[in-house]
Amino acid sequence: MQLTLEPSPEQIKLEKIYQQMGVTDEEFTRIEEILGRLPNYTEIGLFSVMWSEHCSYKNSKPILKKFPVTGERVLQGPGEGAGIVDIGDNQAVVFKIESHNHPSAIEPYQGAATGVGGIIRDVFSMGARPIALLNSLRFGELQSARGKYLFEEVIAGIAGYGNCIGIPTVGGEIQFDPCYEGNPLVNAMCVGIIHHDDIKKGQAHGVGNTVMYVGAKTGRDGIHGATFASEELTEQSEEKRPAVQVGDPFMEKLLLEACLEVIKSDALVGIQDMGAAGLVSSSAEMASKAGSGIEMDLDLIPQRETGMTAYEMMLSESQERMLLVVKKGREQEIINLFDRYGLDAVAIGVVTDDKMLRLIHKGEIVANVPADALAEDAPVYYKPSREPAYYREFQAMENDIPQVEDLGETLLKLLNQPTIGSKEWVYDQYDYMVRTSTVVAPGSDAAVVRIRGTEKALAMTTDCNARYIYLDPETGGKIAVAEAARNIICSGGEPLAITDCLNFGNPEKPEIFWQLEKAADGMSEACRQLQTPVISGNVSLYNETNGTAIYPTPVIGMVGLVEHISHTTTQAFKAAGDLIYLLGETKQEFGGSELQKLQYGKIFGKAPAIDLLTETKNQSEVLKAIRNGLVASAHDVAEGGVAVALAESVMCANGLGADVTLFGDAITALFSESQSRFILSVKQEHQMEFEAITSAVCIGKVTNTPELRITVNNEHVSLTNNQLISAWKGAIPCLLN
Amino acid sequence: MKFAVIVFPGSNCDIDMYHAVKDELGEEAEYVMSDATSLEEYDAVLLPGGFSFGDYLRTGAIARFSPIMNEVVKAAEIGKPILGVCNGFQVLLEAGLLPGAMRRNESLKFICRPVELQVKNNETMFSSAYKKDEVIHIPIAHGEGNYYCDEQTLATLKANNQIVFTYYSTNPNGSIENIAGIVNARGNILGMMPHPERAVDPLLGSADGLKLFKSMVKQWRESYAVNT
Repeated sequence: MQLTLEPSPEQIKLEKIYQQMGVTDEEFTRIEEILGRLPNYTEIGLFSVMWSEHCSYKNSKPILKKFPVTGERVLQGPGEGAGIVDIGDNQAVVFKIESHNHPSAIEPYQGAATGVGGIIRDVFSMGARPIALLNSLRFGELQSARGKYLFEEVIAGIAGYGNCIGIPTVGGEIQFDPCYEGNPLVNAMCVGIIHHDDIKKGQAHGVGNTVMYVGAKTGRDGIHGATFASEELTEQSEEKRPAVQVGDPFMEKLLLEACLEVIKSDALVGIQDMGAAGLVSSSAEMASKAGSGIEMDLDLIPQRETGMTAYEMMLSESQERMLLVVKKGREQEIINLFDRYGLDAVAIGVVTDDKMLRLIHKGEIVANVPADALAEDAPVYYKPSREPAYYREFQAMENDIPQVEDLGETLLKLLNQPTIGSKEWVYDQYDYMVRTSTVVAPGSDAAVVRIRGTEKALAMTTDCNARYIYLDPETGGKIAVAEAARNIICSGGEPLAITDCLNFGNPEKPEIFWQLEKAADGMSEACRQLQTPVISGNVSLYNETNGTAIYPTPVIGMVGLVEHISHTTTQAFKAAGDLIYLLGETKQEFGGSELQKLQYGKIFGKAPAIDLLTETKNQSEVLKAIRNGLVASAHDVAEGGVAVALAESVMCANGLGADVTLFGDAITALFSESQSRFILSVKQEHQMEFEAITSAVCIGKVTNTPELRITVNNEHVSLTNNQLISAWKGAIPCLLN
Repeated sequence: MKFAVIVFPGSNCDIDMYHAVKDELGEEAEYVMSDATSLEEYDAVLLPGGFSFGDYLRTGAIARFSPIMNEVVKAAEIGKPILGVCNGFQVLLEAGLLPGAMRRNESLKFICRPVELQVKNNETMFSSAYKKDEVIHIPIAHGEGNYYCDEQTLATLKANNQIVFTYYSTNPNGSIENIAGIVNARGNILGMMPHPERAVDPLLGSADGLKLFKSMVKQWRESYAVNT
């Protein structure tokens, strides 16, 4: 006997109980039409999570259509667990990024940990061996106790999961801004390697085949997680803590190894992670994609609590579970395989031909709905869009130069900003070396991970300067993609493709939807120009606290191919006497810059301009020079401008220094954030050859003295490495103490 | 020489050990599951890092009850070299094959970084290829590497010259007397928190760990020559 009585279908309609699950009146009417009757409590639960923004992309679908998703090398675009790109030799790289923002705002350790766990499952459910993790994080400025707590616990959660499962966390980015104070962003990315023949899809083919449940038991955690992720955060959100799941990386390690073994078996037909919306989404999507139906007996589901209802079991987001479709008659092989890893594998249902998702509990049919209706037929909303007033104001502003009294002092202050400051405090906690393939560890432009048994490597990065995107979403969108590509190029890689995580505010507000639309336009154009299609991604909307939105933050995760391991390049200067070059034009551009934020305490004006043709040209010059063996170090010029880029190349150079001369207005030359620029160093013997193939300008030399000296327009900046390093490395620890 | 790489559920540096031995050292290596019941065909046993059994209860506390641990004890008794790294060291402590215990790092945080070690004893079968007092670069990656033992044990370790590696210049985790690695009294069981298998290829930053494995091979070759 059930302990709590569920409301009757009539009650659900009359008392509008569906509204508590985020279903609108119109959507309820549509569900009634689809079913030809009133949905019961379990059924309305299924629809509510599957039609949430998190699962259905109902508000963002028109936006996602803008992205280029195909390319010569693309083997799998968006729509499966993760995207796949060919890298030659019958190998492919599999990757995806996903948000876990809302859970992390409420319960930072578990929120971040399960974000990592979820993205790893997306990758190995494709049949790929995960080889690296990255992340992209946003927090407030570490002033409040709550802000510091969120930061420390998110990092601990990421470390706790990744370190235990034994996948190196090799890179990422973190930025700090007051707009993320109540709504931090936690985006996790996983990269895997697969042989073409091992690619598996989440499809339930073959009528009569068996549906199997593997992995951890189902509990009452994470019920309605997907719905919760599709609402704004408010002061009441603390009450949603039960919607946050709890992770067990040890269980996932076992599941990972077992699944990578099972994908080699010809008994396996399809496999999908039980992620957001757990058992509902995995079963409905696998059936829908294959054009079939699924019938499951919920009494057979391994449960860790007693008395769970059908509603609870279907909506639970308990972690470390997978749904398999297995050839009829081969179930025992699968059971035996998982048993060797100490894991449950249980036959819970069959593939049918009636396209229905049918659930049986205690001998009764408790839900019977078309799988397509859940997985495919969510309404699509074309939201109104309106150019915000702030944008017009900013566009009308002149590009002014923030006034600075002492150039050297200003450089030290910039290095001491948490966004620019060293992230050593963070990545010290990540095991970035396990699997012994990390060639370039965190702290350079892009991480580089070798592919064992080949001469190749993968370069990978995450990037997004949300300040530019806030000022001008279209230009900022282009910059985000271009900057990610610059990072890959600087590490010696050729950009292959991107995955994106669109973190925005409430799309029901026209100004927010406008940001989303314009940012996607800019990103799409850059993806086309740089030939990096979007192969996977995730949308996280409703990132607002008490009505205030975050900056639009479409995080780009990019992977590039390093053709030969010897092309691997880092940002550190290598030897005294090497020539230092600046590639790209410096203009008076301070809108959204670190210097503007530092001097005015806010950002305004125009974002730096970007010309994608110049960008492509500069990138290909750098890559060519690297591949020809002419480049000793390469670093892109980003936040804080040339001065910060030079300081970074000096600080990681083990006691070397630099002596540089720049021209033009000193503040602009040092701190402007003009795009498409690189700092490169070149051995003197390569000078002629290097200058013949790039348009870079020689600005100075690497020296033996641990000091950064910059002369510009009769002004001098002279700082010792110790001064630089103490400002830079102290940035985050000082804020935490 | 044939190395066994023990795989507990949750081990994750097993692959690194395996490749260090096979690819860089050029010797034979095989994975041996923790429920296996024989190590007879192997010349040395490697207990890798990771999170055996999820580190639940205490690091290494559950792994020590695995069937393979009886075989590890037997192998140790007949003098085969046993190397436990990181979680492998923690398992050896829990199994009582080495003295002392691990506490959480002083910072209470996981730490992953290259560190400097000093070779305090180069007269073991694991360290003979190093010079005495040589400073080497080997990475650490652990949350519980803060080694502790009581005064009497410490005095014994010192008297028997059982301290093989110490942290040099900075002590990353609060370990007593900067201890990074110790051997048993007989000298055939080494436990260490730093990861020599992560330092076998200059491409990844250091090859200073290779000498440790080479020391093992050298000792094995010499004893083999004597025995035959």
